[in-house]
Amino acid sequence: MRSGKISDILLGALCSIAALTGIGALIWIVTDLIQLGLPHLSPGFFTEEVTESGRGGGIGPILASTALILLSCLTLAVPIGVGSALWFAEMITEKSRTGKLLTASIDLLASVPSIVFGLFGMVFFCQVLGLGFSILAGGLTLACMVLPIVIRTTISAMRAIPQDLRPAAAALGLSRTTTLGKILLPRALPGILVGVTISVARALSETAALIFTSGYATRWPGSLNDSGRAVSVHIYDLAMNIPNGAGRASASALVLLTLILIINLTASFLSDRWFARQSATHPAING
Amino acid sequence: MSPSLRDRILRLSLGATAILSGSVILAVIVFLFREALPALTSGKLSHFFTDLRWQPGSERDPQFGLTPMLLASLLVTVLATIIAIPIGVGGAIFQQFYAPASLGKFHDRLLELLAGVPSVIFGFWGLTVLVPVINRWQPPGQSLLAAGLVLALMILPTVGLTARSAIRSLEPGLLQGAAALGMGRPATILRIIIPAARQGIGAGCLLAIARALGETLAVVMVCGNIAQIPHSLFDPVRPITSTIALEMGYASSDHRALLYAAGLILVILTGTLVASQAFRKSRLTPGQAG
Repeated sequence: MRSGKISDILLGALCSIAALTGIGALIWIVTDLIQLGLPHLSPGFFTEEVTESGRGGGIGPILASTALILLSCLTLAVPIGVGSALWFAEMITEKSRTGKLLTASIDLLASVPSIVFGLFGMVFFCQVLGLGFSILAGGLTLACMVLPIVIRTTISAMRAIPQDLRPAAAALGLSRTTTLGKILLPRALPGILVGVTISVARALSETAALIFTSGYATRWPGSLNDSGRAVSVHIYDLAMNIPNGAGRASASALVLLTLILIINLTASFLSDRWFARQSATHPAING
Repeated sequence: MSPSLRDRILRLSLGATAILSGSVILAVIVFLFREALPALTSGKLSHFFTDLRWQPGSERDPQFGLTPMLLASLLVTVLATIIAIPIGVGGAIFQQFYAPASLGKFHDRLLELLAGVPSVIFGFWGLTVLVPVINRWQPPGQSLLAAGLVLALMILPTVGLTARSAIRSLEPGLLQGAAALGMGRPATILRIIIPAARQGIGAGCLLAIARALGETLAVVMVCGNIAQIPHSLFDPVRPITSTIALEMGYASSDHRALLYAAGLILVILTGTLVASQAFRKSRLTPGQAG
């Protein structure tokens, strides 16, 4: 009995240390970034131009480029991803062979390392499609990368809708289009939004896929065909290539981290609420 | 427009988006292959494994030995996994069996936030905080150890969160059975829970390994980027991903083709990990999955 007690305490202590390490690491990183970055932050930092290759000024143009990259990414990834997921969830049966093929190809796509997306984007979008180093090329490369996220979250959002709505709609004589557009999609929308939010966070975090597609330019972007540097690329460049760039890099890192934490918190808040509501109105789907 | 025609158009257009999505991975592989082709056909690929050094830019004696980089990728990944698995699984056990509910939830939330931290921030933090610490102890600081530690932090949430869901999805009957047998908490955890959840925990670890192998930014900033076979944990190394990131900007002809071939190798490695996972899953009958 005594030895059981001792081993219980021992295991508990070891596991607490493990848990503390994980939590501690996050707290350590965040406090370090705040300490390093906060002195360099000012309202002007968000609007001013980049000067002295990043050692001075702000990150105004870089925030603008980042927003444009995100916009072009979502414009492509959301319709295609949601469309594919609707086809998978509503148009085919579970045993369908094409469906399995799609799942397999999406699983593989999700496993591709981001630097490889960079290699692909550089040939396909920049050279073959002739987009050059541009915001558009970077956005499209990221779209390929977040596609699996959009597809998977949309599929689970559609699956979470009670199954009996579909035969009920069919019994009322509604067409597939009406059922999908008026009944199923509105119910799945919050779930799809969660997927889009996660995709935004993922795209914002990405660096490797952008270095060779959207490029390094620090000017204000005039159009989608201009080269433009994302915040993550800016941090990388300042830290690696610019002597004395660490101050501005920390400030940019703090901005990026704050943005992503806010986006992720929003996503988990949305999904908690949405899934709670789904199971509250339809207790049967949990059973 | 009649409803049935509208349905048909809907079906076709949704099917078209699905075909487009499904063909992205095909396009990635085809174009990597196309760009790597000069290296594959000219017999340069064997240089990957026979050349001793990596000096692709040298005019007199270009060498394309990938072995140090391949080894670096593997070592960094193994190191990160060895560190992350006990911490991740231990944290999950703490969260499920030892922590009060509120603390457990807090732990979970923080782990989810850690999962969202961009790799470039891990790399930057490693470069400005961790590397100087290691440097004071064993210079130069940018090393195999630094890369392994930063990567371990990065994959920790993947390991921890999947281990947690694997443990949580176990049958409650298992716990009741163990209690009925008079087993104590440590015995229940070590003899019943961990063995029962090992499928799920293993799946998370595989995912984490694939992620570590393909990670670029967190590694390139802290590993020191010297293409050599390391003799200790404190030697600088240069994994495949870092090589691609550092050299793609200026590489041309053979050198460029070889970098694409290296990318192809990466895809094959990570793809195999994921596919083996899917294969394992498909062999399980539904009853065994829990």
